[in-house]
Amino acid sequence: MHKVRIAPTLLYKNNLVKGKNFKSWRVVGNLYQMIKLYNLREVDELFFFDIDASKNNSIQLSLIDEFADECFVPLTVGGGIKSLDDIGNLLKVGADKICINSSAMNDINFLKKAVDKYGSQCIVLSIDYKINKKEQKEIFINSGNKPTGILLENFIEKVSKVEPGEILLTSIDHDGIMKGYDIETIKKISKISDVPIIASGGAGSLNNFYEIIQKTNIKALSAASIFHFTEITPLDVKLYLDSKGVKVRI
Amino acid sequence: MNINKYDVAVIDYNTGNIDSVIKAIKYFNKSVILTNKQKDIDNSKRIILPGQGSFQFGMQQLEKLNLIDLIKKKALIDKIPTLGICLGMQLFADLGYEKEKTAGLGFIKGEIKKISTSLKLPHIGWNEVSFEQKNDLFDDLENDKDFYFVHSYYFDCSKSKNILAKTSYDFKFPSIIRDNNIVGFQFHPEKSLKNGFKLLNNFLKI
Repeated sequence: MHKVRIAPTLLYKNNLVKGKNFKSWRVVGNLYQMIKLYNLREVDELFFFDIDASKNNSIQLSLIDEFADECFVPLTVGGGIKSLDDIGNLLKVGADKICINSSAMNDINFLKKAVDKYGSQCIVLSIDYKINKKEQKEIFINSGNKPTGILLENFIEKVSKVEPGEILLTSIDHDGIMKGYDIETIKKISKISDVPIIASGGAGSLNNFYEIIQKTNIKALSAASIFHFTEITPLDVKLYLDSKGVKVRI
Repeated sequence: MNINKYDVAVIDYNTGNIDSVIKAIKYFNKSVILTNKQKDIDNSKRIILPGQGSFQFGMQQLEKLNLIDLIKKKALIDKIPTLGICLGMQLFADLGYEKEKTAGLGFIKGEIKKISTSLKLPHIGWNEVSFEQKNDLFDDLENDKDFYFVHSYYFDCSKSKNILAKTSYDFKFPSIIRDNNIVGFQFHPEKSLKNGFKLLNNFLKI
């Protein structure tokens, strides 16, 4: 039986951080300690994003090389991916999957080239969206700073043809608020997308995880704040889901 | 003269991330080389063919590197333990249908077909591996444990004696296959934590 995955997300900005709505970043701990901890706890998968890589125009390869050596769980890396070489370099230092965000919105052909060269299985498309002034779901890039004018649903239709391995879908409005995932949107998008969706943004309680699994066909959930700011661990989430009859890896 | 310089040669044919395979082999204190040089491969006790990407691309790469005959010799004549992981396992088949109909290495009877399902593809994440028969690869390993999968195609294996384990994603497909010294894992043992490491360790003992 295919299991629901719980993937902690680590955000890096000179240090490990977490914000609210992609703003007000707080330092939440030491990167290496956290990687070691998650490795020890054998989490299902780990996401790592360097949120300043795009702005600084540099991917910190040596940093990723160093901690990938510590990491035996499947590792997805994102932030500042602009070229096919960026992807190749990150795979070489030990990333298993690469997350592409702004570059794909700027040029969907880049996403296609990445999928053609490295295969869908290692390309994750990351999409950050929020409700704009016209009450539409609009995609934002550059860590949520720049509106694109692209509407979420229109883009998803285009993406299905390019076939990335997964879509990491993050609601900026729900991010860091810890009041639950944007179930309505995720359900809608998952229905129209041929590509598996990883839901992100808003998990704050054990029940938030169960709620979205119950109401959608999502098989992967990412979360950050709940693991940084509460005592709850990814294993606690899975034990809770298991008690509700959801298939998880324990 | 073969001097068996390395315990394991991991074949480098430009397909995806192999760093974690190397890391896992080193974990068992085995000497390992990532290589596409004939001499290195010929001088190794075991071969691992890793890989991600399409069947057609994988075969083209092996051909371009002029490795097909050597891999066949090592696996079929010298009969050294040969492991294929994910795409590597799929290349052991007679034929693949990804992109275009392409001939494979033909080590284990079968064809590579697209998973036919109403579920989303790729089949990605953790799923159970259920034994179909007893095997020394399963020493110290419990049945129905979870392993990490990423694939959209599966090995449609002609002979049930070659199918050691199956996994279900809407329908059951072979997740571990074997014919004597030749072994294939559809999942990534190097990313499957303790159970994956146990399996790799058992492969290193055959």
